[in-house]
Amino acid sequence: MSVIAVERIKLFSTRSPWWCMIIAAVLTVGLSALFLGLAPSEQKLHATITDTQGGAQLSQMVIMVMAALAITTEYRFGTIRTSFQAVPQRAALLLGKTFVVAMLSGLIGVIASFGAWAIGDLVNSSANLAIDSAAEWRLLAGRGLIFALSAVIAVAVGALIRQSAGAIVILLVWPLLVEQLVQLIPKVGDDLNRWAPFTNANSFLFQGQDVGAGGGPGDATSYAMGPWWALLYFAGWAAALMTIALVSASKRDA
Amino acid sequence: MIEAKGLTKRYGATVAVDNLSFEVKPGRVTGFLGPNGAGKSTTMRMILGLDTPTSGEVTIDGQRYRDLHRPLTKVGALLDAKWVHPNRSARSHLRWMAASNKLPKSSVDKALDMVGLTSVANKRAGAFSLGMSQRLGIAGALLGDPEVLLFDEPVNGLDPEGIVWIRTFMHRLADEGRTVLVSSHLLSEMALTAEDLVVIGRGKLIAQSTTQEFVDRASGTTVKVRTPQLDQFAGVLNEQHLATRIEDVEDQGKVLFVEGDLTTDQIGEAAAAHGIVLHELTLQRGSLEQAFMQMTGDSVEYHAHEEIAAVTSLDAPDAAEVAAGPKEDN
Ligand SMILES: Nc1ncnc2c1ncn2[C@@H]1O[C@H](COP(=O)(O)OP(=O)(O)OP(=O)(O)O)[C@@H](O)[C@H]1O
Ligand SMILES: [Mg+2]
Repeated sequence: MSVIAVERIKLFSTRSPWWCMIIAAVLTVGLSALFLGLAPSEQKLHATITDTQGGAQLSQMVIMVMAALAITTEYRFGTIRTSFQAVPQRAALLLGKTFVVAMLSGLIGVIASFGAWAIGDLVNSSANLAIDSAAEWRLLAGRGLIFALSAVIAVAVGALIRQSAGAIVILLVWPLLVEQLVQLIPKVGDDLNRWAPFTNANSFLFQGQDVGAGGGPGDATSYAMGPWWALLYFAGWAAALMTIALVSASKRDA
Repeated sequence: MIEAKGLTKRYGATVAVDNLSFEVKPGRVTGFLGPNGAGKSTTMRMILGLDTPTSGEVTIDGQRYRDLHRPLTKVGALLDAKWVHPNRSARSHLRWMAASNKLPKSSVDKALDMVGLTSVANKRAGAFSLGMSQRLGIAGALLGDPEVLLFDEPVNGLDPEGIVWIRTFMHRLADEGRTVLVSSHLLSEMALTAEDLVVIGRGKLIAQSTTQEFVDRASGTTVKVRTPQLDQFAGVLNEQHLATRIEDVEDQGKVLFVEGDLTTDQIGEAAAAHGIVLHELTLQRGSLEQAFMQMTGDSVEYHAHEEIAAVTSLDAPDAAEVAAGPKEDN
């Protein structure tokens, strides 16, 4: 498993991944503290665990940027050639990178979601924020899975685009804009939205949650499938994109 | 041994490498010579499996690079000193390379020591001068103690001290019995560094021979003649089917040059036979670079055929066949 050691050394020997990790965690935790701490007391009373997770979406974007940069900077600085020279089995090397980046992203996801919940619980003593349903566990722990899978998608897109700015634009515009705007297409728009990958990532996290004071995304009828199927579906997207990226990287000139 | 057979690479409409066949022998420094854009870097990327040939193949001891197990222990290469993350320290850069081929941690310190970068090993590579980057690249190439080494224009942009250092280093590597392939666009540089030459122009093989043979062939001699009976003597020589050229030389007026590797004896006798007064008769060696430019420049098509014939008789019996024959495996 030397490729994992290689990518671990690479990732932790530059500073930017550290920054991304800190920003991602601080965003989620900080926004939770702000939202629950500054909410009017009427709202505080009805706050739920979902309300503590407002910053997670933003953190996920930061994580995806970090994951994409892990590969696009290799193309930018030419180190991808040194890498493929050291490990000509390109797919193995890229899988090693994906594994390291995804594990780290998952870890940050879990730290961020539980951290945000803990701080929310701390600043808001008027509502019961105990984790006492399977859905709530899914929301908090599941964030790690979604971060990890999002990172896989980001590495795949980065490996395909090979260029930081382009990859980042795609990774930000796709979940934030494209998946929302397709709803405007007559007739098929709603279906396209329901079957879009990041919509299903959210569906996995938010289905059956007590949306509480802040209001939550969508009602139950708009989900295409149950939460665990939605997770599997999202994972399918990640796997498919990664496969395309690996085939492409193995065929194209480095 | 590195062996290329009918190596061809197209980028869209550009043919960067065109049906190139050559061999690099072990235990020697082989110069890979060609003008800018000749396809040297492209060939080296194909040797390392980074670019896939459009057709043909190149092997290292019979194996394609992509099939090598722990390739850094077999082939070390420095194609571009800038292929390092600027925010990563020299040591971290070598550490991940070592880890990739299961090399011991001590190999990193050894390589750093060998190129004299130990004191700056923990500095970010982005702050390195070109000379230091080049040394870091060489450290990376030497990390796995490989038998085969590739260097792409390693002296480009270096100061004289750096150039001498690299040159000495290459000789040391070859003396240790390693195979060294080093590219350059300067024949004069290669004449000092390499024992063998593979010369290419516009992606095609121009010559493969020892450096000495190539230099002798490239720098043909001319005989310089100063005479008050310039036109008359030129006429005499032309009648004997000798190529002449008249040039204005500073401070000397019009001067006659006779080409075709003749001796001064022959010209002197011809002058005596026709009662020509001579003021000067000297043998001149052509400039290496000029001859090289002629061979690789506009006349590349013509010379390619001529030289391939020479190669056939020298040491690559199938080169001409592969180079001149029609492409079958496409
Ligand atoms: N990735 C690429 N895409 C398109 N064209 C390329 C690519 N790489 C090289 N070329 C073209 O192929 C030809 C050979 O380039 P190459 O860099 O191999 O030459 P070189 O001998 O290394 O030259 P130099 O001495 O300038 O380094 C050039 O015409 C170049 O423009
Ligand atoms: Mg080059």
